[in-house]
Amino acid sequence: MTFNSEQKGSAWVYGNNIDTDILAPGPYMKKPMAELAKHCFEAIDTDFAVQVKTGDVVVGGEAFGIGSSREQAAQALVELGVSTVIAKSFARIFYRNALNLGLPALVCNDADKISKGDQISVQPEQGVIINHSKNEQYKCEAIPPQLMEIVRAGGLMPFLQNKNNK
Amino acid sequence: MTEQSKAQTLAEKIISRAANVVSVSPGELITCKVDNVLMHDSSGPRRVKERLESLNAKVFDPNKIILVSDHFVPATDAESAEILALTRRWAKDNNISNFYDMQGICHVMMAEKGHLLPGNFLVGGDSHSPTGGAFGCFMVGIGATEMTGVLATGEIWIKVPETIRVNWHGTLSVGVSSKDIMLFLCKKLGVNNNYKVIEFTGTAIDQMNMLERMVLCNMTAELGAKTGVIAPDSSTIAAIETAGKVFEGNIEDWQSDSDAIYFAEYNFDASELKPQIAAPHSPENTNDVDSFENVHVDQAYIGACTGAKLTDLHMAAKVLKGNKVADGTRLLVAPASAKTTNQAASDGTLEILTEAGAIILPTGCGACAGMGAGAIANGEVCISSTSRNFKGRMGSPNSEVYLGSPYSVAAAAIAGKIADPREYL
Repeated sequence: MTFNSEQKGSAWVYGNNIDTDILAPGPYMKKPMAELAKHCFEAIDTDFAVQVKTGDVVVGGEAFGIGSSREQAAQALVELGVSTVIAKSFARIFYRNALNLGLPALVCNDADKISKGDQISVQPEQGVIINHSKNEQYKCEAIPPQLMEIVRAGGLMPFLQNKNNK
Repeated sequence: MTEQSKAQTLAEKIISRAANVVSVSPGELITCKVDNVLMHDSSGPRRVKERLESLNAKVFDPNKIILVSDHFVPATDAESAEILALTRRWAKDNNISNFYDMQGICHVMMAEKGHLLPGNFLVGGDSHSPTGGAFGCFMVGIGATEMTGVLATGEIWIKVPETIRVNWHGTLSVGVSSKDIMLFLCKKLGVNNNYKVIEFTGTAIDQMNMLERMVLCNMTAELGAKTGVIAPDSSTIAAIETAGKVFEGNIEDWQSDSDAIYFAEYNFDASELKPQIAAPHSPENTNDVDSFENVHVDQAYIGACTGAKLTDLHMAAKVLKGNKVADGTRLLVAPASAKTTNQAASDGTLEILTEAGAIILPTGCGACAGMGAGAIANGEVCISSTSRNFKGRMGSPNSEVYLGSPYSVAAAAIAGKIADPREYL
């Protein structure tokens, strides 16, 4: 799935320090991605992987994605159709992994104003998050245009492949 | 102030060299050439092989890639075996000269084999890659897609980080180790020090051997920092020589300038530090050991890159000598490398551990990464000398992991519950 700023999605809201083992649990790391993704968030929320819909948005607090460099932490979200991750702050490896996999990661101080199930759309280059359910707008850190090029291509690999083919 | 005389921290000096510029400033985006690259079986070939092929790219320099199988070793099922087979084939097909197959945990292998030289800039496909900072390197962890880019080009862009200086003066008390320092810092500084370098200084650091210094830099990952660094000294050079390598530079070039600018500075007295324990499910949930009375442990685990090196096994042996593991508790020890196992066998350490009732496991990441022997069941409690106690990391999502030094883990194994190791020393 490539990024689409028109799309609305339901918010799944979690707290601080969502770590990479919650997103991609170690015991399933040898499984194929489709199988691993079924266990995403299971240590704290068994509904997520079953009920999340394409275009939905994951919202965290501080240090989202702390822990391992395992890219599967971001990839599991992509696999399940998550369109955007919003958090007060991100662990740096996760942040880079997310963008490199085509998943916009938005740093937003107002992340805690979003409630579970709110309908959200985002404009990452403008640094805007729209909460349609609450009729509110939040500022976030804009993703620089050169990184958004990578996100829009669907990640670093398709971005580089497109470049090679030109 | 002229460009040439701009005061820089150690991290800034290394980045400047790698980017081939006179100096750098925090916040700058800059492209660096890597001196070496570290990969392991979990995030390495199985994740980069197809990506490299899709780009029609070859590795930039097979002699600058260090590949280690440590996560899925030894194979416990067909899937693990297949991952290891793929790793071995890729190493052969790509002429990787530094491939260490089941010889130890990647960060420990980097030190044992002398791949870390002061002033080097490295990346690793593992979040504990900051371990390399103990040798005066700048080393960061990255994911597999970025790794593909680095393998193809030998370069990576980074944002120049600010440095936090953490000064530990004084001397650590008996029964207190660098793991206690790091658990204490997880509580004190929190786990959200993004885009910062932690530089360790002070007499307590000067007195530490390289294995203990590696714990400090390793666990800057738990602080959420970009990496950790320690300026090289005579201990650093001695360790490089033991590894059979020669450092041709000058360690004086790889010290922070006395007037370098730090984002923050902290000063602590090492002699005041007590053994520390982190409660589930974050290293930040740390407190002095005496605030954990009557926490029963089903399993005590001595393993991983921060917790099963030779020094760690020595700490455990000091506590365990002449004692027995409590009924209802099991003690598992997975030495951090094959060399560690050999050394611990020849100096009598393994005998002390096994006489006390410890079960010795093969070397590798094992239970720490939730991928090998030592997983824990629903409702079980483990105390571990590893670096992370995230929910579900070591097995069941409904298990609990406490973190402590090897002294503390050994003490808990004897007591059957969390205990102050100083009572056994």
